[in-house]
Amino acid sequence: MNNQKKIRVLAAKPGLDGHDRGIKVVASALMDAGMEVIYTGLRQTPRQIVEAAFQEDVDVIALSILSGAHDYLFPKVMQLLKEKGADDILVIGGGIIPDEDIPALKACGIAEIFGPGTSTQDIVSFIRANLKK
Amino acid sequence: MTEKTDGESLEKAFETWSKGVESKLGKNPERKKAFLNTSDIPIHRLYTPVHTQDLDYLTALGFPGSYPFTRGVQPTMYRGRYWTMRQYAGFGTAEESNKRYKFLLEQGQTGLSVAFDLPTQIGYDSDHEMAMGEVGKVGVAISSLQDMETLFDGIPLDQVSTSMTINSPAAILLAMYLAVAEKQGVSPEQLRGTIQNDILKEYSSRGTYIFPPKPSMRIVTDIFAFCSDKVPQWNSISISGYHIREAGSTAVQEVAFTLANGIAYVEAALQAGLDVDAFGPRISFFFNAHTDFFEEIAKYRAARRLWAKIMKERFKAKDPRSMMIRFHTQTAGCTLTAQQPKNNIVRVAFQALAAVLGGTQSLHTNSMDEALCLPSEEAVQIALRSQQIIAYETGVSDTVDPLGGSYYLEDLTRQIFDRAEAYIKKIDDMGGSAAAIEKGFIQREIQESAYRYQQEIEKGERVVVGLNRFQVQEEKPKNLLRVNPAVRLAQIEKLKKMKSERDQALVNGALAELKRAAEGRDNLMMPILQAVKAYATLGEICDTLREVFGEYRQIDTLGR
Repeated sequence: MNNQKKIRVLAAKPGLDGHDRGIKVVASALMDAGMEVIYTGLRQTPRQIVEAAFQEDVDVIALSILSGAHDYLFPKVMQLLKEKGADDILVIGGGIIPDEDIPALKACGIAEIFGPGTSTQDIVSFIRANLKK
Repeated sequence: MTEKTDGESLEKAFETWSKGVESKLGKNPERKKAFLNTSDIPIHRLYTPVHTQDLDYLTALGFPGSYPFTRGVQPTMYRGRYWTMRQYAGFGTAEESNKRYKFLLEQGQTGLSVAFDLPTQIGYDSDHEMAMGEVGKVGVAISSLQDMETLFDGIPLDQVSTSMTINSPAAILLAMYLAVAEKQGVSPEQLRGTIQNDILKEYSSRGTYIFPPKPSMRIVTDIFAFCSDKVPQWNSISISGYHIREAGSTAVQEVAFTLANGIAYVEAALQAGLDVDAFGPRISFFFNAHTDFFEEIAKYRAARRLWAKIMKERFKAKDPRSMMIRFHTQTAGCTLTAQQPKNNIVRVAFQALAAVLGGTQSLHTNSMDEALCLPSEEAVQIALRSQQIIAYETGVSDTVDPLGGSYYLEDLTRQIFDRAEAYIKKIDDMGGSAAAIEKGFIQREIQESAYRYQQEIEKGERVVVGLNRFQVQEEKPKNLLRVNPAVRLAQIEKLKKMKSERDQALVNGALAELKRAAEGRDNLMMPILQAVKAYATLGEICDTLREVFGEYRQIDTLGR
C-alpha cells in the first residue's frame, strides 16, 4: 500500500435496519484515524453497496446490521463482490450477531465481525493490519 | 424550640463548610476533578436548601394531578393503581407472537406491546424483495388483516390495552386493529391503546420512514382527527424520546428534541383545523430510562413541567389533560452489554426504579440477553419480575413522588428544564423541529453526543462494568432465540392463498378510492379502513400512497 494514499472505507447499512448509531460512531472514529469514509445511509441493497464500493474505489467495506438480517445480507454482498472479481476489498461486519453465526460469515469472506462493546481503536488497527490493496 | 435558620445564615454556614472541605482536598482528594452527568450538568458535592431556596413550591412543583404536574399526572399515582407493565414483544409469525402474548398475560402483564418486523414498519409485504432476510426478525410480520386476526386470536380487545410500535404505516395497523375488534364485536369506543405514529423521530433517529415529511405529517393529523372523533380512548401518538436517546443523545437532548417534535405535531394539528383540547389529551409520550439514576428521575419531572408550560402558555390549552405528559418508559437497550450479560438484570432494575420514581404510566424492562439476540422466555420473565418486585416489595410506590423535595433532585430538575427549554428556543429559531431535521441539526447533535459517549468509554473516563473494567474471560451463551428462516416462506404461502381467495374487484376499488383521497384532502383513515377490510395488503396500501406521495431519502449528516 502506498503510504501517501488515504485508506478509503465504505460504511454501509444493508437492508431495512435503522440503527445507525454504531456505524456512525465507527465512521467518525475511522475519520479521526485519518481514513476517508463514505457512508451509504440507510436501506441499501447488496447490489447498491457493491456498486458504491466500485464507484468510490474503496479499500474497505464496513457493514452494519442490528436487525438479524446479517445471515442473508452479508453473504449476498460477498457473493456480488466475488462475481465482480473484487477480492481485494477488505470486508468487515458489525452489529448484534450471535457468535454461532460468525464461522459461516467468515467462510464467505467477511474478514472479521465486531460485536457490541468493541473498541473503535480495535477496528482501526484491524483495518490497518489487514488491508488487501 | 430552637429558632429556624434564615437563608442568609444558611448560605454563610454552607460557605464555611465548603471552605473547610476544600482546604482538606489536598490530603483527601475526590475521585474526579469535575463530576458531570450525561448532559454535562456539573454535579455539586452537596445540595442544601441554598440550592432550592428560590424555587417556588406551588409554581414549580405544585400538587400531583395539577399544573405543572412536576410531581405526577395523577393525584394518587401508584397508590391508586400501579403503572402498566408492558413488555414489547413480537417475532416470527403472528401465530408465534400470539403465543408469546398469551404467555405474558398469564404471567401478570397488564398490557400488550406489539413489535412489528422491519418490512411491516416500512410498508413492504413479506414477499417483497426488500423484505428478504428481515421477515419476522425484529418483530412480527403483518402483511394483511388476516395476519392481524391471528395475532389477536383469543385475546379480547375490550379487556387489554395494546401499544403498537408503528409509525409510517400507523394508520394501516390501527385500521387493522379496528377491523379485528369489529369482528370480536368490540366497538372503537371501547378500545384502549397507543400507536406510536411519531414520524419526525424516524427521520432523525429511528429510520423507519416511508414518505417525505409533508404527507407524513398529514397522515399523522388525519389519525388525530379520526381518533378524537371515533376512538376516544386511544392514544393517537406516542412522541418518542426513547429512540433519540438510544441513538446517542443526552438526557437534556432527549427532552428537548422530543418536546420540539411534540410542538411540531400540535402546530400541524392546529393548522389542520383541530382544536387543541380535542386531541391534546390523547397525546402520549415515550421516554428512555438510562443509567444515571437521578438525572433520569429529574428528566421525567422536567419534561412534565416543560410540556405543561408549552401546552398552557404557547398553545393556550384549557383542559388540564392536554397539559399532562402521560408516558411510557423503556429501559435503555444501548446500556446493555454483551459481556457478562447477567449484569444487565441489575442495570435494568435500577433503570426501571428510576422510571417509577419519575412517575411513568407504563414500563418495559429490557431482557438481559438483548445485546445478543431476541429475548428468551426466561429472560423476559426475569425482566417482568423486576418490575413486579419494585411494585410489590420495595414500597417506593406507596407515596407520590417520594424523592420530591430532595435538594439535589429539585435542582437537577430545574437544570434540565432550563437547558431543554433553551434548546427548544434554538430549534424554534431554526423554523421548528421539521426544519431542524431537514438541516441535519438534530441528527448532528445526537451523533456528536454518541461519539463523545463512546470516546469516554474507550478512554476509561466512563466505566461500564464488565466491558472496560472488571472484565472476565467468558464463554458466549449458546442456544439463543432465533427466528426460523422458514417464517418468510410460510408468510409468502399464506399471502398467496389469501390473495387468491379475496374479492379482487373490491380490493381494486378500495385502493382506487384511497388514491383519490390521497390526491385530494379527505381524511385518509376511512379509505384505509375500507381497503384493510377488503384484505388489501399493507404493501398494496403503502404502494398506493407511495405513488402519490413519493418516498423520503435520508440526508447525509456524517460529512465533515
